[in-house]
Amino acid sequence: MAVVFEPTKGLLDVPTHYCPGCTHGIIHRLVAESLEELGVIDKTIGVAPVGCSVLAYNYFACDMHEAAHGRAPAVATGIKRSLPDSVVFTYQGDGDLAAIGTAEIVHAAARGEKITTIFVNNCIYGMTGGQMAPTTLPGQVTETSPYGRDVKLQGHPIRVSEMLSTLDGAVYVERVSVDSVANVLKAKKAIKKAFELQIEGKGFTFVEVLSICPTNWGLSPRESIKWLQDNMIPYYPLGVKKDITQQEVK
Amino acid sequence: MAHQDIIFAGFGGQGILSMGKFLAYAGMEENLNVSWLPSYGPEMRGGTANCSVIVSDDNIGSPIVYDATTVVVMNRPSLDKFEHSVVKGGLLIIDSDLVNREAERTDIDVIKIPAQKVAEEVGSKKIANMVLLGALVEKTKIVKMESLLKALKEHGKEQFYEMNKKALEKGAEYARK
Amino acid sequence: MAEKVLMKGNEAIGEAAIQAGCQCFFGYPITPQTEVAAYMSRRMPKIGRVFLQAESEVAAINMVYGAAGSGVRVMTSSSSPGVSLKQEGISYIAGAELPCVIINIVRGGPGLGGIQPAQSDYFQATKGGGHGDYRLVVYAPSSVQEMVDLIQDAFDVADIYRNPVMVMGDGMLGQMMEPVEFKEREAKQLPSKADWAATGLHGRKEHHVINSLFLQPEELEKHNEKLQKKYAEIEKNEVKYEMYNCDGDLDIVLVSYGTVSRICKNVIKMLAKEGLKVGLIRPITLWPFPKKAFEEVVDRTKYGFLSVELSCGQMVEDIELSVKGRKPVNFFGRSGGMVPSPTEIANKVKEIAGGAR
Repeated sequence: MAVVFEPTKGLLDVPTHYCPGCTHGIIHRLVAESLEELGVIDKTIGVAPVGCSVLAYNYFACDMHEAAHGRAPAVATGIKRSLPDSVVFTYQGDGDLAAIGTAEIVHAAARGEKITTIFVNNCIYGMTGGQMAPTTLPGQVTETSPYGRDVKLQGHPIRVSEMLSTLDGAVYVERVSVDSVANVLKAKKAIKKAFELQIEGKGFTFVEVLSICPTNWGLSPRESIKWLQDNMIPYYPLGVKKDITQQEVK
Repeated sequence: MAHQDIIFAGFGGQGILSMGKFLAYAGMEENLNVSWLPSYGPEMRGGTANCSVIVSDDNIGSPIVYDATTVVVMNRPSLDKFEHSVVKGGLLIIDSDLVNREAERTDIDVIKIPAQKVAEEVGSKKIANMVLLGALVEKTKIVKMESLLKALKEHGKEQFYEMNKKALEKGAEYARK
Repeated sequence: MAEKVLMKGNEAIGEAAIQAGCQCFFGYPITPQTEVAAYMSRRMPKIGRVFLQAESEVAAINMVYGAAGSGVRVMTSSSSPGVSLKQEGISYIAGAELPCVIINIVRGGPGLGGIQPAQSDYFQATKGGGHGDYRLVVYAPSSVQEMVDLIQDAFDVADIYRNPVMVMGDGMLGQMMEPVEFKEREAKQLPSKADWAATGLHGRKEHHVINSLFLQPEELEKHNEKLQKKYAEIEKNEVKYEMYNCDGDLDIVLVSYGTVSRICKNVIKMLAKEGLKVGLIRPITLWPFPKKAFEEVVDRTKYGFLSVELSCGQMVEDIELSVKGRKPVNFFGRSGGMVPSPTEIANKVKEIAGGAR
């Protein structure tokens, strides 16, 4: 019988704690497959955040670090600087990266740290139970914006990819989504490219992945996908924000 | 017993910290114990600067000088601040070109040197600190002049060595007067 | 014998770390320790090592966490307000059991405080600082030479126990110059880091995880018990102190550390001339605190002990825990960057001893 699908060697064969319908599993797999295909699992060190993916260190097969909330890019900097031949990535959510860890991500990008950041944006704090995140959309109801995010009171969402793409140290920034098979495939391509550019020593690479949170959004997985398509993609347009390997920057 | 608790004081940029350093190097040259402690902070940036130097054949306790055996001042505020820190029978060396008053103390030795003028004659006003240091070493004998010259040779800029040497000698002459 | 050089405390810190094999330094400017970072920025790139100025003290300590997890010798340096910012990272490093060295050149607080020498971070350094049940080994050198020697010890002790070690000086120690010798040290047999460092698998079967998270209470408790056992070992093996002038019958014993202990030595000489027999216990490790030093003198000191600090009595309770009520424990301190004169301290001693004889 022909084998058509196999577990990736980049992930350990253990059950995950993610909620039903959550897309973290897909994104984990895309990262792990990329590392496997590039043949670098053996020299990769990943940094897990605080948030839903806090336990990512239990799932990835490579060596892992668990960082404090928001500090993953600083921890990754310490790792990459002390082991320059290794491949280093951070896997962070939107609360971790875009609120408490804003300074760390901006400066890691500005320094052009040769690391890759996978930024999972689902517009909400998941692990703590659905509070407003810096990426929460205007009008979006969360536990701490029960009347909907009022931009006059609570400010505006941050488009992290667009912001980081202005920094010279960032060599590749793309926003992708995992709402459809086609987009999952595109996401895979982006993640793999980000690692490739890191391995080539080009600089800081960043892939933002729009993701769903059925549990905290209070929607079914299918409704969640639709909500992402209808609300998130218009506010957070997909595509390459910066790519130094392309002359033309979109 | 060889022991000197010294305060050097003046404006930033006069070489206050460096004359303390050269004396400390000279003390090391003679296997004496030395410590050098600067004032630090915003006052370093162009304001008053001072440093405490201890040279001793005994172990050095506190690096802070409260009661100085010698004080060197290169401006009026420093004289006002440190004149009373000199111990009875101690030494006060004043750059009389930059200090417009007489010392009040009568229970100490006071050496007044027009150090700016002397230094300019030697080559540059910038080495007025060396004139004063020459007087200090000559008067206190805390280190030999040769040790100080060696310290200058090893730790100072080579192109200024001859000029510095002359400045030290000129200062020493004032101490012998 | 290596040659003696005249060196500023802060620069000597850098050189000592380099000679101890520090591979990475992550810093951030703050008075009065900035020369440490400046020195490292000059030297480290020239010898193929890492110097990086972080965007904050928070980032710097987390870079330390990353590098320490990679198994290299790593150091950071700051002063009080900056060390407050590092506390989160220090707690993680202690929890994940990583070796590193943290320098605190203490200035007056609380808040932005001042920039002059102080010892007001004693509680923070010895009683936790960050969250959770953890301990730092805390060295308190009193001279530039001792600081150099202790920094080299600090790296070893950090590696032996897989624990962060703090070297705490004050602004005076950082800024002053003294002759210092970088002694050749015998290479110590240190435990291998290969069984825990996250360096990439490189053929290893089990992945290594640097982590301080234990979601199951049973697991976290077990982890804490393991840490406590380690701290008990440190208390048994790593206590350092100096006893000065403590022979025979004593009128009073001063307790002080760092540069203040040097002032106390001057006081002891002054008071000897007046017929008072004063001793000094100088803790070199603030944690573990040298309790046994007190056993040696508690029965021989007539008027008990006097804690002399550049803080408001933070060391007093450790002294009381050591003296256990057998003799009075007094306090004299200045704060905010004020440094007591020998006369001030002597007057306090005389007041306790019932006036000068």
